[in-house]
Amino acid sequence: MLDDFFVRAMIAGIGVALVAGPLGCFIVWRRMAYFGDTMAHSALLGVAVAFLIEVDPTIGVFTIATLIALSLFLLERSGTLSSDALLGILAHSSLAIGLVLIAFMTWLRIDLLSYLFGDILAVSRFDLLLIYGGGVAVLLGLAVIWRPLLAGTVSTELAQAEAMRPDRARLAFVVLLAAVIAVAIKIVGILLVTALLIVPAATARRFAAGPVQMALLAAVGGVLAVIGGLYGSLAFDTPSGPSIVVAALALFLISQAVPAIVLRGMRRT
Amino acid sequence: MALANFLSSDPPNEPLLIEARGLGVRRADRWLIRDVDVAIHRGQIVSLIGPNGGGKTTTARTLLGIEPPTRGHVARRPGLRIGYVPQKLTIDWTLPLAVRHLMTLTQRCPRAETERQLAAVGVGHLIDAPVQTLSGGEFQRVLLARALIGNPDLLILDEPVQGVDFNGEVALYRLISDIRDRLNCGVLLVSHDLHIVMAQTDTVICINQHICCSGPPTAVAGSDAFRELFGTRAGQVLAVYEHHHDHAHRLDGAVVSLNDRNAGDRGSPGDRSPDDKSPGDEEQAHAG
Repeated sequence: MLDDFFVRAMIAGIGVALVAGPLGCFIVWRRMAYFGDTMAHSALLGVAVAFLIEVDPTIGVFTIATLIALSLFLLERSGTLSSDALLGILAHSSLAIGLVLIAFMTWLRIDLLSYLFGDILAVSRFDLLLIYGGGVAVLLGLAVIWRPLLAGTVSTELAQAEAMRPDRARLAFVVLLAAVIAVAIKIVGILLVTALLIVPAATARRFAAGPVQMALLAAVGGVLAVIGGLYGSLAFDTPSGPSIVVAALALFLISQAVPAIVLRGMRRT
Repeated sequence: MALANFLSSDPPNEPLLIEARGLGVRRADRWLIRDVDVAIHRGQIVSLIGPNGGGKTTTARTLLGIEPPTRGHVARRPGLRIGYVPQKLTIDWTLPLAVRHLMTLTQRCPRAETERQLAAVGVGHLIDAPVQTLSGGEFQRVLLARALIGNPDLLILDEPVQGVDFNGEVALYRLISDIRDRLNCGVLLVSHDLHIVMAQTDTVICINQHICCSGPPTAVAGSDAFRELFGTRAGQVLAVYEHHHDHAHRLDGAVVSLNDRNAGDRGSPGDRSPDDKSPGDEEQAHAG
């Protein structure tokens, strides 16, 4: 069964969506969409560095994305620029440096498009292992930091006053996010990875009555988007990554069309 | 002097819960508070009042351990449990949060206990309501109920009556006083109201970067004028605090003697802290 590239793609996509949904909820709650985008943009620099020092691209992306996030925290603390401007600088300069580095490596022949928009149909068995092994680790990590992270999302002060370490939870969250981005770019690519994080979470908001419920619904929504997108991609011969995002968007639009009265009834039960 | 007055007032027999001595917090080359002493005993209500930007919240945050002091230190009774109601809490609509989720935000709490705490402050029926739909008074009550989980020894309430109308304010103060009686906990109540405080307050501390004055409030329950103005019920809950400042503040926050309040340059004889460059927004010439 795993010999079929389509089955592998489906399993990989579902694995990524299951992890991206819950993490995406925190991105939505904490207004970190641009932050996630910046980490994703830095992925190309990670790929370039990985080729330069000859390590697996996934490791390169994870490391660089984490470093970019940490340097943002440091710049935020000391600098005079708004975090919005800092994100803009980091996102685009890391993308540009990545492209320049790749151009310097004239011996390297890589398919840039597959990094930018994903190449889910080239998922290997090792990738599956990475996605599910890493995915379980990320979800366990999220479960550990859930309470302080959520408390810090509602009020940093309150969390601090009650002996939680919201700053530490935020740091751990960013590392988890880097891990998800590192594997998710295989599926939807650098430019669309934020969509996989945010769109299912935004869809889930309309049906959720609590944070845990929203995280679970976002995971389910992401899985539906992957299934719909991949079948669509097969049927209409469209690129797989963008097809998944279009499917996620379709689910979001449908969720917005559900009448409020129906929702009230659903939330009550 | 006001400070000496505060320190000499007889400490209650109940054990000391928290004590700060010579507290100073300096941020970005500016003293937010200086030389602040606060002590709260079990069963005691301390009202912290002062103008906006005067350092009330900074003081509360330092006592909570959120803000590390630049000078001085805070001594807590070992094992002290603090319940905290923060000043500003706006919860975004993107976060689906019902009251029961807010109640268990920082600690586990069985539903029955959550219900009991909510019912004790009169909002038991709201346990499943989304927090964004609550009125100002309901939200403050929920925050209060949240702070009460685990029976704290000390409650730190930062402007607990904000966004609440006058009747709601009277009801909330009554509730806080009931809670104090029930739990025998200490209460630090931060308020921006400079003249009206909770009647059950044991000590009022007026702070504007430093402690300007402190003392007990004046009971006004029997005053006809007050009753006419606010009603009989309010008279039992609210009291008037008469300031007794021996100095005034200039526009930049520097301390000047009352006579020199309108005097010109910085070097005036009454200026007791010429190197204090902390700017205040308006002149705080609050002679009592």
